[in-house]
Amino acid sequence: MATITAENDQAALADSAVPEAVVVRFAGDSGDGMQLTGGQFTLSTALAGNDLSTFPDFPAEIRAPQGTLFGVSAFQINFGSSEITTAGDAPDVLVAMNPAALKVNVQALKPGGLIIADTGEFNKRNMEKAKYESSPFEDGSLAKWEVMAFDISALTLEAVKPFGLGNKEALRCKNMWTLGLSLWMFDRDRQPLIDWLNGKFAKNPVLAQANIAALNAGHAYGETAELAGPLKKLHLDPVPSAPGLYRTITGAEAVSLGLVAGAQLADLPMFFGGYPITPASAILHNLVKMKEFGVTTFQAEDEIAAICSAIGASYAGQLGVTSSSGPGIALKGEAMGLAIMTELPLVIVNSQRGGPSTGLPTKTEQSDLYQAIYGRNGDAPMPVIATRSPSDAFECAIEACRIATEYMTPVMLLTDGYIANASEPWKVPDPASFTPFPKTFLEETNNPDGKVLPFKRDEKGARPWIKPGTPGLMHRIGGIEKAIDTGNIDYSPAVHQSQTDARTDKVAGIAKGIPAQEVTLGEASGKLAVVGWGSTYGPIHQAVRRARRKGLDVHHIHVRHVWPMPTNFGELLAGYENVLVPEMNTGQFKTVLRDQYLIDAVPLNKVSGQPFAIAEIEAAIATFFDAVPGNEGGEVPVNEGQLPSPEAHND
Amino acid sequence: MNDMTPIQTTLKDWETDQEVRWCPGCGDYAILKAVQRTLPIIGADPAKTMFVSGIGCSSRFPYYVESYGFHTIHGRAPAFATGIKLANPELDVWIVTGDGDGMSIGGNHTMHVLRRNLDCQILLFNNEIYGLTKGQFSPTSRPGTTSPTTPLGSYDRPASPCAFALGSGARFIARAYDVSKELSNTLIAAHAHRGAAFVEIFQNCIVYNKDRFDDFAAKGVADTMQLWCKQGEPLLFAKGTKGLSLDLDTLSLKVVDVVDGDWQAAGVVVHNVKNRGLAHMLVEMPFGPFPMALGVIYDDPAPTFEGSVAIERQKSVAGKTADLTKLLSKGQTWTVEPEAAHGLMD
Repeated sequence: MATITAENDQAALADSAVPEAVVVRFAGDSGDGMQLTGGQFTLSTALAGNDLSTFPDFPAEIRAPQGTLFGVSAFQINFGSSEITTAGDAPDVLVAMNPAALKVNVQALKPGGLIIADTGEFNKRNMEKAKYESSPFEDGSLAKWEVMAFDISALTLEAVKPFGLGNKEALRCKNMWTLGLSLWMFDRDRQPLIDWLNGKFAKNPVLAQANIAALNAGHAYGETAELAGPLKKLHLDPVPSAPGLYRTITGAEAVSLGLVAGAQLADLPMFFGGYPITPASAILHNLVKMKEFGVTTFQAEDEIAAICSAIGASYAGQLGVTSSSGPGIALKGEAMGLAIMTELPLVIVNSQRGGPSTGLPTKTEQSDLYQAIYGRNGDAPMPVIATRSPSDAFECAIEACRIATEYMTPVMLLTDGYIANASEPWKVPDPASFTPFPKTFLEETNNPDGKVLPFKRDEKGARPWIKPGTPGLMHRIGGIEKAIDTGNIDYSPAVHQSQTDARTDKVAGIAKGIPAQEVTLGEASGKLAVVGWGSTYGPIHQAVRRARRKGLDVHHIHVRHVWPMPTNFGELLAGYENVLVPEMNTGQFKTVLRDQYLIDAVPLNKVSGQPFAIAEIEAAIATFFDAVPGNEGGEVPVNEGQLPSPEAHND
Repeated sequence: MNDMTPIQTTLKDWETDQEVRWCPGCGDYAILKAVQRTLPIIGADPAKTMFVSGIGCSSRFPYYVESYGFHTIHGRAPAFATGIKLANPELDVWIVTGDGDGMSIGGNHTMHVLRRNLDCQILLFNNEIYGLTKGQFSPTSRPGTTSPTTPLGSYDRPASPCAFALGSGARFIARAYDVSKELSNTLIAAHAHRGAAFVEIFQNCIVYNKDRFDDFAAKGVADTMQLWCKQGEPLLFAKGTKGLSLDLDTLSLKVVDVVDGDWQAAGVVVHNVKNRGLAHMLVEMPFGPFPMALGVIYDDPAPTFEGSVAIERQKSVAGKTADLTKLLSKGQTWTVEPEAAHGLMD
């Protein structure tokens, strides 16, 4: 999200014929190229200077059978002339490339919203597959929306005719035709896209030309169709953002770049051990291309080998990193315990998805919080950091590297499927603006009496890092309980008590080295604090912003360091009469807060695989205030059964 | 093995101040001594020597060798070793594992470290039993092994570590046993091989599987039941009175009598460590009708994993500089000018 001043925020309140933001959803078959269309539309939006947030929503199957309801792939983008933090609740515009895409997505569309549909795909067979008994264009079922239905397939075929493509190849250009129309609607420059197509099809200029022709034809269609019908050209001014260089970034890209930057700041080569898993694989794909930064990547035989190789590399003096999603993180659990026991630095990235088990591989959830904080055998404390957005992920990854090396500990970095795939504009930071935290290795014995003491702790409780290969410092480490200082095997009662305490104190002490918890929006006390972590940032922030506009005493707190938490956090929370915790799980952070601070945190839970809508959190906030409508406009259906009942102190 | 300047050490230099905690009479003591005796012979440098192990009796090994050591988790030593070797290819990496650690819980990692051909020595102590967990049958236990989990005798068909290693693509296979005088020479050969060197060491578990290997390791039968493979020499045993010959009808090995030392006349095969087919036949020979093949069975180096990783890195970074500013601003970017932003914010 772009940064924005409070004055601007207020200015945006002024009513205007031009909306502050527009939500567009592209939906089609998983083979229709909707993610690509969305991605290119995102880029053109960013280049136009609008703030934006996206939500790619695709099936778990590579190519689900054509035309089926479960094969629908969608890409939603929210963009506008003011700060955007979510992909938007309900679309203003739905582009439906086939009957199934219309069926799956139309209910989400705002009343009065615009449907653009390709009638060329609404044949009997496709309508049957989408379970339509009659044509939705004729039976009145779309009455509450504006409909622009025309034969995009035929128009595309016509546009690319001069290039002599086969029917199948020609129809593949449909997404460019649609994109051309969309670019016209929002007054966008086509040139960056034309450049991109020329680059992408450099080896096949005919395909490049055909796609460009389709793009231009879609654009021209807009010009003509504007004269009659609901299609209107809409120009959204650029968002006023801080000066500087910008690019779009996804969470997976930001994590990868942050890890590289973190290793550089620690003055260490990085070793990344990974195993393919959705939605974490993108990080491995990215890092493979960054070897000039001292990055070694290793695609291991399984999740266990991925983390074990990373720990091995850490032992040998590199910054070990591994990444996965919930099921893979479960497999890595035992090795995490070893990294805790041997006190070696390690960064573990968890791109959370819906669970348990295989769960919802391509959908988002925040249900691995317990696993991150508690999910290991024995007393195995480990710091946990949660990213709140794609651009925030960069800083979080650096912070994970800092803590790992400074405290000689594994660190879990939590992101999720939504953050990993979503993109937003990012103000490119200056690497020099980050304080380096170079790590040094023990080169000579730390024992006046001679023999090295590999487990002699410093003032932070961290042990020295000794690289194998260093003469005279030979030592052995392992997972068995160890004597103080020497690290020799020793599981006598007093030693285990003392070492367990030392490991616990070390991790708890990390809180002293992190920034105090700030109030993200609002004041440090009041009637209601909405406390979140991770990717709920956007909807919470917007919901609190709207509630505050209504004059409600509501405040937003967003936590990055979920374990250990900032030292002032308990006192801060005590300043509010109520604490509401929206989470995409069944109430995990709520329980942690109750446990740590003995406060009556109220949960708001959603586990549908979809991010929170702003309206859902607004409705929950309203339950804490008398006579305040919680669901203004009724644009989004809110599940009343999920809303908290503050009086009942329910769970 | 890896290139290193030979260092002068003695057996004593390789002993740690830790009390060795194996059962009295355990075969592990003999293996430990053989390793400590071998390291000075090969000129190993304690600072560059790295022992990595998993879990089990054998895996306590690193605590007793005065070098760098990592006692990891059950079955995963090859994965740790891979990270260690990729991070620092100068280290001489020894993996110590057992039949449970390396063939059962860690079978997957054994397979992959061998197929990738990481430069390291893998010593698999095979005692055909779970020792540390008190005597359950293991994946190499012979059918009928009685144990706490198989009171009526085991019925699993056992795995053959050397056949498994060959099937996984190993480029060096050797066999020895704990108290054998030839163990040190076998270790020297394993160390001399560049790439993953797999050594199965039969080890006597004095408590749970006592004298299991006596049918070939005991003094009285050693001559008749042990066949030591030597490069370029005929595959003879029983003091040269018997040998292995190829049965052309069945394309398999057969035992033949050698009269008056004339092994050529008996058609005895000359051992060639680069002959993969022969290696397969030697490790698959059923013991009893055939002797136990010991020594270096197969030794045919191939490019190492860490070598390939280094070559790939060179290709990948060619012409690139590590410019973080450039990396961060990759792709399509746009600039918000200070004047414009200021104007809008007023």
